[in-house]
Amino acid sequence: MDYSQFLILKEELSLIAVIVILFVADLLFLSPDAHKHGGKPVLNTIIPVALLLIHTLITIVPGPEAEAFGGMYQNAPVQSIVKSILSVGTLIVFLMAHEWMKLPDTAHKQGEFYFLTLCTLLGMYFMISAGHFLMFFIGLETASIPMAALVAFDKYRHHSAEAGAKYILTALFSSGLLLYGLSLLYGTTGTLYFADLPAHIDGSPMQIVAFVFLFSGLGFKISLVPFHLWTADVYQGAPSTVTAYLSVVSKGAAAFVLMSLLYKVFTPMVDDWQTVLYWVIIASITLANLFALRQENIKRLMAFSSISQAGYIMLGVIAGTAQGMTALIYYVLIYLFANLSVFTVITIVALRSHKFTVEDYNGLYNTNPKIAFLLTLALFSLAGIPPFAGFFSKFFIFAAAFEGGWHMLVFIALVNTVLSLYYYLRIVKAMYICKSDEPIAPFRSDNYTRAALIICTLGIILFSIASSVYETIGNYAFGM
Amino acid sequence: MEYYLIVSAIMFFAGIYGFFTRRSTLTILISIELILNATDINFAVFNRFLFPESMEGYFFALFSIAISAAETAVAIAIMINIYRNIRSIQVNRLDDLKW
Repeated sequence: MDYSQFLILKEELSLIAVIVILFVADLLFLSPDAHKHGGKPVLNTIIPVALLLIHTLITIVPGPEAEAFGGMYQNAPVQSIVKSILSVGTLIVFLMAHEWMKLPDTAHKQGEFYFLTLCTLLGMYFMISAGHFLMFFIGLETASIPMAALVAFDKYRHHSAEAGAKYILTALFSSGLLLYGLSLLYGTTGTLYFADLPAHIDGSPMQIVAFVFLFSGLGFKISLVPFHLWTADVYQGAPSTVTAYLSVVSKGAAAFVLMSLLYKVFTPMVDDWQTVLYWVIIASITLANLFALRQENIKRLMAFSSISQAGYIMLGVIAGTAQGMTALIYYVLIYLFANLSVFTVITIVALRSHKFTVEDYNGLYNTNPKIAFLLTLALFSLAGIPPFAGFFSKFFIFAAAFEGGWHMLVFIALVNTVLSLYYYLRIVKAMYICKSDEPIAPFRSDNYTRAALIICTLGIILFSIASSVYETIGNYAFGM
Repeated sequence: MEYYLIVSAIMFFAGIYGFFTRRSTLTILISIELILNATDINFAVFNRFLFPESMEGYFFALFSIAISAAETAVAIAIMINIYRNIRSIQVNRLDDLKW
């Protein structure tokens, strides 16, 4: 066997090295009863952040197109770019986790948090680079099983456990559906290699059934509308940091994978999947926006907002062009910064004051002007208001769908953008205009949280100016 | 071959029916296991009768058995945690997060 092909997996290998180092460091340095004696755990946020930063920097330059293990694993520059985006997202999540990791309940198991999070990231890497459905399925499960443990991380809070149960049951159910779809696909084609499949796919009824099962399995992971029922509950019950990770990194990876499956494997069935996507996008954007209007809990509000954002992300897929793929990756990048910024603020406010509803944010501007301002910027970017990057990402994704000839769909999406402004601005109004008898007390956030907020805000502002990012992604993207 | 597929289809839809109607999280988990086992039967049958020249389906079935075991372990751990918190694993008690 040729062992040099392991070098093609350089992103995965470097991430595995990070995981192993963290695991050993956790074992060596952390005394098991550190939390009882009030001793400080040695494994601080700085170690995982530094390691992950090194990993991101090593792997940020996309390698050449290559495949290993007889086509089971394939890597192209565009996949490297997506992986880098995901590791940047994880880095920001680690920064914002610092405050939560300092709590007495979680301080003694912070090693587990980093370990589980990086394991899910590794699963996403393999899922993105898969060239065979077996590799894809293993990656998907490596990404979702530790995620359930993360959702149920706050062991003594029964909301967290409830969210964990809901997550693992829906995740199991969806992977069951996906597997059944795969087995039917295997029955009709006799192969599961992405490269060989298009030649065997002819859109027979059995393959359409297989596609529907497969699509619903992945739809659960991206939380598109008919499959979204777990989202709000899990987002509300999970610890805020995990919610941020779930809503951005996990969703971005699954969306990219769905797109490359549709482009690479289901090319002959393009009419069928475009019809399915058309209705799913309309349902996702509209229903999620309508439900978001009536939410009081800010985490639930962000959950429905993330469902509708998933609908927008799928707009890049429906055209089936390289432009669509570029727009999708760019959209995920911008959405990552904006959404993580919002969740950083939610996390720090929740940890300092235990307040979760929109009304609790009344008068935040008077007590904490800086944090209120940053939250406003992020919400404007999510809503797509011009000077911020969110506007450009929405513009590119609409342009991609429009050039594909989906005029009605783009019109509906545009109407929904206006609708979504209402609930984003509700938070802004609460912070700036509404008066409160007992506002959130002024607090100073720690340096890690500040770093996370600054990175996110810089991302929102700078990526709207730097057009070279979009062009770089565009050079590597491929269409059908 | 049809008979095997009929059995697996019945198992699959029985699993889906159980997932939606059962009230205890443990029986829901059993229903999901039914779904996963149905897919394993499918893979093995397709491989044995349609494509006996390669082993792809068998391997897939093996891996999916291993993965579903891991998933079940995590699911049961979470259920034990729920039981410790609210002294019940009935679905209708898991109603704090809604709307």
